[in-house]
Amino acid sequence: MLRRLQDINVLDLVLWVFRAVIIIVVVWGTIATIIENPYPAVTWTETIIAGIAQGSLYALIAIGYTLVYGVLFMINFAHGEFFMSGIMTATIFLAQPMGESGFLDTYPFISILLITVVTVLVSVGIALLTERVAYRPLRKAPRLVPLITAIGASFFWQNFIRGLYGSEVKPFPQMAIMAGKVSIAGFPILKSHIVVIVATILMLIGLYVFVMKTKTGKSIRAVAENKDVAALMGIDVDRAVSTTFALGSAMAGIAGILYAFVFRQVHFYMGFIPGIKAFTAAVLGGIGSIPGAALGGLFLGMFESVGPGLFLEGLGIPAPHQLKDVIAFTMLVLILIFRPQGILGERLAEEKA
Amino acid sequence: MLKRSFIIVGLLVIASMALAACGGPTFECEDPIGCVTYGADEPIRIASALVISGPNTDLGTDSQYGVEIAIDFKGEIMGHAIELQAEDDGCSAEGGQSAGQKIVSDPTIVAVVGTSCSGAGVPMSEVVSEAGYAMVSPSNTSPALTDPESAWNPGYLRTAHNDKVQGKAMADFAYNVLGVTSAAAIHDGDPYTEGLAAVFAASFEELGGTIVEFTAVNKGDTDMRPVLSAVAAAGPPELLYYPVFTAEGGFLTKQAKEVSGLEGTVLSAADGMISDAAIEAVGEAGEGMYFSGPDLSFSGGLYEDFIAKYEEKYGAKPISVFHAHAFDAANMIFACIEEVAMQDGDSIHIGRQALRTCLYATSGFEGITGELTCNEYGDCADPKISVSQLNGGAYERIWP
Repeated sequence: MLRRLQDINVLDLVLWVFRAVIIIVVVWGTIATIIENPYPAVTWTETIIAGIAQGSLYALIAIGYTLVYGVLFMINFAHGEFFMSGIMTATIFLAQPMGESGFLDTYPFISILLITVVTVLVSVGIALLTERVAYRPLRKAPRLVPLITAIGASFFWQNFIRGLYGSEVKPFPQMAIMAGKVSIAGFPILKSHIVVIVATILMLIGLYVFVMKTKTGKSIRAVAENKDVAALMGIDVDRAVSTTFALGSAMAGIAGILYAFVFRQVHFYMGFIPGIKAFTAAVLGGIGSIPGAALGGLFLGMFESVGPGLFLEGLGIPAPHQLKDVIAFTMLVLILIFRPQGILGERLAEEKA
Repeated sequence: MLKRSFIIVGLLVIASMALAACGGPTFECEDPIGCVTYGADEPIRIASALVISGPNTDLGTDSQYGVEIAIDFKGEIMGHAIELQAEDDGCSAEGGQSAGQKIVSDPTIVAVVGTSCSGAGVPMSEVVSEAGYAMVSPSNTSPALTDPESAWNPGYLRTAHNDKVQGKAMADFAYNVLGVTSAAAIHDGDPYTEGLAAVFAASFEELGGTIVEFTAVNKGDTDMRPVLSAVAAAGPPELLYYPVFTAEGGFLTKQAKEVSGLEGTVLSAADGMISDAAIEAVGEAGEGMYFSGPDLSFSGGLYEDFIAKYEEKYGAKPISVFHAHAFDAANMIFACIEEVAMQDGDSIHIGRQALRTCLYATSGFEGITGELTCNEYGDCADPKISVSQLNGGAYERIWP
């Protein structure tokens, strides 16, 4: 008995106490909130829907991190900039002039199509350029080198866009078809949130089909398994890597459009925090796994949105919403303590770490 | 042997006296925290630390223009030109810290005009104060910065109003003019926003109103719906006051219109959101919103000259609200340099403590923003607050 006690080291003990404290706070806070019941039902539905919408955006961005990691085992920290650059360009050259001339509301679907085309082209173009110039020459270098290069690329694109368009906040015009709410099952839900959620589901299904069913998708998976063997089998590795970057940045570009629909405000710095959060989401879901990234994004968005009200309001903590990042990252730590490979991550631990 | 050393000592004494006589009277700095010396053709160097990047660029750039115009008007002090080293406070604690470090690493800088944001002012005033510099802020308004119990440091002064005045004025306007009896306040954790929101809430309750929710968001947040839903669930309040900055303020304004329960709530913000960039950021959702801020209906020939110069030099009307305060801050520093600088041939010496003492003793100083008189903790403003309303994409002064 004594020997067993001696076997427990201090670190384990601290971790166990940490887990216990978090779980107790979460359970206690939740029960206290439910008993106190400070919010009417409509507040909860609004908060949950906002969380799903925010989570959808994280999911779309997280896909890019996960895809690139799956193929190159590098964390592409410039990914947030791919998200930002497309929609910034489309806002300045398309959305704002079209909003002023009224074109946006007269031909809403043509406008959305045009904005999508421009955004995706710019995002993908910048991603491919970055890959070609900054990442490909370093593919054989130690893994820290491309990581630092990615941070450099992130700063470069941020300041490049700032230099081009200025450092002010740019408003994205409100589209009439997306203004207001619709009532679903008696609860009012913002139209823009519905657009985000539906678009995300379609994009995720599309991506899954592309990666699993097409020949190009197969080549990406082959390169992810083993670059050398894939090359021996006649697969153009460079091409597969470029396709991966294009896919990831296209998803990020679309996420940028959806962000603009919901928040109607863009800025050269807007990619930084969503980029970090999406990276967190990718790790949460298990980096390298596509369904994992989607699930991780959703979890993170929900924790941020619902967490403060549910866990902290009942404990009587003032200004709980200021602590939403604390909650989100505590949940990340908690999940990683119990499942170091992430929610759906499996292969990472043995083969690629 | 003994004789020889006497001779050597004697010769040394004579030599040193002769040398001293050749060099003339040397200056000896008696100031307890040091002196700055400028040689014959060296310009007097002051620094600015204002927000000149990011979403609040307008706020800091406008103030920097004020300092530049003050330098142009002044020309030179005791035959020395004035040189400005412009730094960026980033409107954040980190930005203030690094701008402060950069400034104190340069011993030729005598004083600082800055910072723009109170959040940057807290760490920077600590760094700058410790190094013995004097610092006059044109737009820090947080009560904490001139509170010796809180974040005040020796050598810190400001020409902007203390938010104790602004928060009170806004509460007065809301309760007595708009006639609302319930309100909520949201800040973003920055000392400026938190201080102002807290004073507003306290004053509003003192007048007899109810604060239904006092809460906060994070800097950099985009999704404000959860916090707005919580506000709606707590009240909903008749008036929502969020004295935050442009980016967060834009999101709050747009999303407040979309949250159930807040459709009829009157929205209001403060001087951190009085700029062209903020008008763009709030868009149509901001129509009819109220903004508290410094009263800019200055009068007098000096302001007319200032505006004429501003338009000539930068090709635009003032882009934010603290240009005049910055102009006054720079002039206060110049006046004190003139008072304490010691002429020494072609060079001048400025005692750092003497400069601080002179600044704190400023009394009845005629500036654009009024008659400035500093108290012992550096509140120098002649505070006048007004409330404007956003009408048709422009601010319209409506009170008092």
